[in-house]
Amino acid sequence: MSDAPILSLEGLGVRLPKGADRTHALNDVSLSIASNEILCVVGESGSGKSMMANAVMQLLPNEVKIETGRMMFDGHDLCAVTPAEMREVRGAGIAMIFQEPMTALNPLRTIGDQVAEMFSVHTRLSRADINARVLALLADVRILDPKTAAKAYPHELSGGQRQRAMIAMALALDPKLLIADEPTTALDVTTQAQILKLIRDLQQRKKTAVLFITHDFGVVAEIADRVVVMQHGKIVEQGTAEAVLNHPTHPYTRQLIAAVPPLKAPPPRPLSSDSILTIANVSKTYRTGGFLGRGPRVTAAVKDASLHLPKGATLGIVGESGSGKSTLARCIVRLIDPDTGAILIDGKNWAKMPRDEVRRETQHIQMVFQDPFASLNPRRKAAELVAQGPIVHGTPRATAIAEAKKLFELVGLDPSAGDRFPHEFSGGQRQRIGLARALALKPDVLVADEPVSALDVSVQAQVLKLLGELRERLGLSIVFITHDLRVAAQVCDLVAVMKEGEIVEHGLVADVFGSPQHPYTQALIAAVPGGEFSAQHEAAVS
Amino acid sequence: MDAAKRYFRSPAAVIGLVLLLVVIAMAISAGILYPRDPLALAGRPLVWPFTNPRFPLGTDNSGRDIAAQIFYGSRISLLIGGVATAIAIAIGTLIGAFAGYYGGWVDNILMRITEAFQTLPNFVLLLVLVAVFGSTLTTVTIAIGVVSWPAPARLTRAEFLSLRNREFVQAGRTLGMRDLQLILGEILPNALPPVIVYASVVMALSILLESALAFLRLSDPNVASWGNLIGLGRDVLRVQWYVSAIPGIAILVTVLAVSLVGQGLNDALNPRLKSR
Repeated sequence: MSDAPILSLEGLGVRLPKGADRTHALNDVSLSIASNEILCVVGESGSGKSMMANAVMQLLPNEVKIETGRMMFDGHDLCAVTPAEMREVRGAGIAMIFQEPMTALNPLRTIGDQVAEMFSVHTRLSRADINARVLALLADVRILDPKTAAKAYPHELSGGQRQRAMIAMALALDPKLLIADEPTTALDVTTQAQILKLIRDLQQRKKTAVLFITHDFGVVAEIADRVVVMQHGKIVEQGTAEAVLNHPTHPYTRQLIAAVPPLKAPPPRPLSSDSILTIANVSKTYRTGGFLGRGPRVTAAVKDASLHLPKGATLGIVGESGSGKSTLARCIVRLIDPDTGAILIDGKNWAKMPRDEVRRETQHIQMVFQDPFASLNPRRKAAELVAQGPIVHGTPRATAIAEAKKLFELVGLDPSAGDRFPHEFSGGQRQRIGLARALALKPDVLVADEPVSALDVSVQAQVLKLLGELRERLGLSIVFITHDLRVAAQVCDLVAVMKEGEIVEHGLVADVFGSPQHPYTQALIAAVPGGEFSAQHEAAVS
Repeated sequence: MDAAKRYFRSPAAVIGLVLLLVVIAMAISAGILYPRDPLALAGRPLVWPFTNPRFPLGTDNSGRDIAAQIFYGSRISLLIGGVATAIAIAIGTLIGAFAGYYGGWVDNILMRITEAFQTLPNFVLLLVLVAVFGSTLTTVTIAIGVVSWPAPARLTRAEFLSLRNREFVQAGRTLGMRDLQLILGEILPNALPPVIVYASVVMALSILLESALAFLRLSDPNVASWGNLIGLGRDVLRVQWYVSAIPGIAILVTVLAVSLVGQGLNDALNPRLKSR
């Protein structure tokens, strides 16, 4: 791979407008990508990795300006080209795929139309030639049934199929460089594995250079030839994948790699024989439509789910999007009323309890939500948010606020931070507030719905650690919903795997992940990115 | 106080606020500058403006001081604008909040009622109400409020529909809050900014509605209002046009001021829209 560099950035500096959290989005960034190699740029949110991709494509927001440096692409400095020249480069020279294919595709035009547009804008091919090329491309990215897919609208395809269509568009004109900005982050783990393999295959076949942006070291291990690690807009380390992953030199890289949870359960903890939560044959079916002759659409979100949670244990529910795991969680806390089945907490059946009683009994079971930005009312101060629960249940306001400050300490926040509003906290801190709010009612059971999915990997590790400590100290029993098997392996004692509303396998974490019985569990585990790497990583740690 | 800073950055919003403050100052100073009853006879009828220093804006067809009526009229316009808007927004947010929060048949019933009000032109409805209940200042104000609530109700409902399934509302529910606590304490404060902005539109419309009523001589004849003055001036419109034109300008300035303030509030409260 000693090819000449396709793109080289030399001392690139990008200035942010006044009032941003730092003066430069990128500071003296120098890197180069040769043809026929995949360069992974890794960093946490705010590290400037997406800003760099946008700078190369000249897609920066108006108030952000390139200040210093050069971007040499194919013998031209991209900092100096005119907008018209840049249009020629985009698509034909450099193509880009985005994180969320649904928003990157035009919802009102068919997939075939949008791919064909690449040809009609940049070439003078005839209509028939274009159509033939489009079908060949769609076949190339292994979309099932390219003819139908070409006539489909974006919403009619699954997330993975849409991302394939995006890749087809990007590769239509055989660009020299493909920029992929977190292309698999919004996808399920099995789909992610397929897309990564596809990108790898196409790259090798077409000898394209790929600039792959990601936050996930598992993905890096899976796909990268070389790696660049970014922090606060600076490159802290770069080298071959092998060197960076196995012999990281910079402390930040080491910290990031150490924060990647391995897919191996820690030694099992003794489980209590008392059961605190029992779910028996719970089902929930959604019906929509059914008007004037059109049949109603019936979706069975949860089918006949039975689980039990021993006192003090953590039960993980894992599955891909649409598997019904969130619906089941919401049934447990009665945000959704299950159709049939029983949910026993301390011998009381929650599934059939009247609304008023649920309201009174709610301190026994509390929930932590996924999105740290949406789950806190933006107009209330932090201490008030945490005190709300006890106030609702009759604690005087002053006492509740005082207790809230103690809880702040418990979850690792500064007690004086209670007077601030949610937007003044970072994502990880907000999630701690959400946790404090749930703990304020001193619940027996905590239902956590993807509590760390929206967080960066190092913050994620901190929050998981906190959760583990609290479990020990307060004797909490936890239902932990996640799509990330590595996270589940870290925190759970028991795990249940859900697929299309059904629990296909459950048991001790070590058993389920160590020797999966159901083919779906096996597929899930095989699809976890960087499997081999984490195995080595584990061996090195232990 | 980011919102205040953003508000004062827009020149139009500042001009609107200054104009509104001038109108408010007129309302406050009316009693001091013109201690006599503005509807009492003051001099010869139909004196042109700027001809007699005693009547800077002239007199109307029965010899009453137009300047005094303009000053006292600002009180009536602000009163009607304020109170009618408060009534309309109160009814509107209440109905919109319940319809949006509960959905289903509650929403269906409340929205059909709202539509029933919306399909009638609200000036016609206002005429009916005034014809039935009489035209004192109180009934006119309440009637204007009652015909203006459907639009704020729809706006509130739309906000509630998008907010009621947010995670922070679900979090409130898992904490055991009652529906009323969720509606008033959690959702409403987040739904209010667009409603506050819309209140300025309702206020401008209320002032115009009152003027229109007065022009038809259906408003309260016993108070000095701008609309009444325009209505009187109708009889002498061809020659002494100033009798109608002067209060007309006063109405224009006030409505403009309220609209500019509303625009400014909109930009200040929705910074994302502003950057378009």
